[in-house]
Amino acid sequence: MSNLKNTQLSLESKKRLLKEMLFGRRFEERCYEAYVERKIGGFLHLYSGEEACAYGILDAARPGNDYVITSYRDHIHAIKSGTDPKRLMAELYGKVTGCCKGLGGSMHIFDVDKHFMGGYALVGGPFPLAAGIAKGIQMKKGEQICICFLGDAANNQGTFHESLNMAKLWNLPVLYVCENNLYGIGTRIDRSTAVVDQYKRVSGYNIPSRQVDGQDIEKVYAAAVEAIDYVRSGNGPYFLELMTYRYRGHSMSDSNAYRSKSEERIWGKRDPIITLRDRLIEAGEFSQEEYQTMDAEILDEIESEVIKFAEESPEPPKEMLAKYVLAENDPYVTGGRR
Amino acid sequence: MHQLMFWEAIRRAHDEEMDNDPMVICMGEDIGVVGGTYKATQGLYDKYGPERVMDTPISENGYTGLAIGASFIGVRPIVEIMSVNFAWLAMDQIFNTAAKVRYMSGGQLEAPVVIRSPGGTAHQLGAQHSARMEKVFMGIAGLRVVTPSNPKQAYGLLKSAVRCNDPVFINEHELMYNMKGDVPDDEYFHPLEGLEVARRGKDISLFAYNISVHWCLQAAEILASQYQIDAEVIDLYTLSPLDRKGIVKSVSKTHRAVIVEEAEPTVGVGAEIMAIINEECFYELDAAPARVSAANVPIPYNHRLEKEAIPDVEDVIKTVLATLGR
Ligand SMILES: Cc1ncc(C[n+]2csc(CCOP(=O)(O)OP(=O)(O)O)c2C)c(N)n1
Ligand SMILES: [Mg+2]
Repeated sequence: MSNLKNTQLSLESKKRLLKEMLFGRRFEERCYEAYVERKIGGFLHLYSGEEACAYGILDAARPGNDYVITSYRDHIHAIKSGTDPKRLMAELYGKVTGCCKGLGGSMHIFDVDKHFMGGYALVGGPFPLAAGIAKGIQMKKGEQICICFLGDAANNQGTFHESLNMAKLWNLPVLYVCENNLYGIGTRIDRSTAVVDQYKRVSGYNIPSRQVDGQDIEKVYAAAVEAIDYVRSGNGPYFLELMTYRYRGHSMSDSNAYRSKSEERIWGKRDPIITLRDRLIEAGEFSQEEYQTMDAEILDEIESEVIKFAEESPEPPKEMLAKYVLAENDPYVTGGRR
Repeated sequence: MHQLMFWEAIRRAHDEEMDNDPMVICMGEDIGVVGGTYKATQGLYDKYGPERVMDTPISENGYTGLAIGASFIGVRPIVEIMSVNFAWLAMDQIFNTAAKVRYMSGGQLEAPVVIRSPGGTAHQLGAQHSARMEKVFMGIAGLRVVTPSNPKQAYGLLKSAVRCNDPVFINEHELMYNMKGDVPDDEYFHPLEGLEVARRGKDISLFAYNISVHWCLQAAEILASQYQIDAEVIDLYTLSPLDRKGIVKSVSKTHRAVIVEEAEPTVGVGAEIMAIINEECFYELDAAPARVSAANVPIPYNHRLEKEAIPDVEDVIKTVLATLGR
């Protein structure tokens, strides 16, 4: 069995995570504005409301070293993995200084140096990729694990079941994290899915799984510590289901008309940032003034550094259109000779 | 005649066919309660209920296979796949089952299923949301492929596709759902084979389909007014089986051909039309046929590079002028 680890967040960590989550929220909300101003194009899926999931899980991991992979709702997972928000915003602006040089866009954030292995637009696509990365880790006898974040509705793709089976069969070091926000675009989970508790769907594969309140970062963190420890200790895959809610529409082109106001109100009261902030204030460890200062600093950083960088960066040159289609100068193209 | 938007025309065809035959059903992601990403099934959930207007899980290969299976014993499913990029996931059932079951059962079984899906590049949707897949579908024997360029075709082709006993893939376009056009007030079945002369001309044949018909019509106007070139625009609303005779007829009249496609050139519509011209009417040609196609790259996110990758009216004009030696 693995060693017991501390599943409690220190006071210092809580304050730091409060700031990180607030940064994530402000970043996403600024993306919203930039989209309305037509600085960002294409499909834009925001993470507002779900912050405790990515920050809670990855804080218990080794960001930048453990591999992370997810869907199109990917900005915050990249930031927590270590991606420079300036380069992320530049990518959303389609600039050459962006982390994918302006070729990827919001749904395709990659930062391989930070082991952030991408955002993918095809629902369910990352499940087997994560298992494959875990296979690579296993072959290299690495200390890392692979963490795959995906939505609830994605679990109806065949790749979900196929990947769980292989991950267990081959004892792969992969943690699957289901961000269950109750909807796949406009379809509520009980209208698309026979078993709505996602963690139960995993039991058939003999993979340990748990359902956790995804709005409470302390609970997410505690569950993540145990799950990650289990996977890193060589026990094979693990599955966490985080119950959460997105505040915005599915993407910027979504009217959001299918959700009731009362449902939105209930979840609005369970805001992960406000919850943590108020808990700290109640414990006398933090004040409303400190929070406001923190917020002002974040807003200022986003405007004067992140947005400024994106605005002032150049567009990719036309020659880049055909640059990354195939490998350049691969010697085996000519039979191994230079 | 009434003006309808593309999506309204498709919606009307669904409604009439579902009303006509209780075995007609439709299914897809967010098509029921939400009414479809492009509104093509709006209101049908309330009218026909959840048994016939099915919101599916995100399981493309699964629900497409389910539709094909249902079609084996008399159900007439219309499947909407939200985007052709997701249709890749259903390719197994489309390719390995729907297209082959009549043949491999020696004619005992058929799969009268309709699969509708929008393709094309919209605006900055990136590499995984910008596929143009018509060339993949048209390469599959046993599958009919049609691609409407206007609301009348969108309406009439869907109506015929539902009644036809073959599997039919309808390739729509993300940018065209709000396009308006005349649609007959009376019920109308568009032929699933053939082509349409969208503009008569004598100097050069422009072969186009779906969105590129509109690029060619615009280019033809400019070619006429600024260059006194009278271009014929051929609308290939059927990509499989291609109308070889119709293609030959136009080329035999104009003796010049340019094929305009939104997709990459390799193994594409242009390549196929050129092969047909080569095989059927080589000696009618006064100039080498040319194609206007997309760059052979995954589609970039950056808006300028994206524009660079996709052909436009200007590219059509340039290629026509070059073909005519002007
Ligand atoms: C293969 C595929 N099918 C359909 C879609 C369209 N689509 C994009 S996101 C989405 C819903 C996914 O919901 P969920 O997995 O719960 O993630 P969430 O967006 O809620 O985070 C759908 C249907 C897609 N991108 N890929
Ligand atoms: Mg969801």
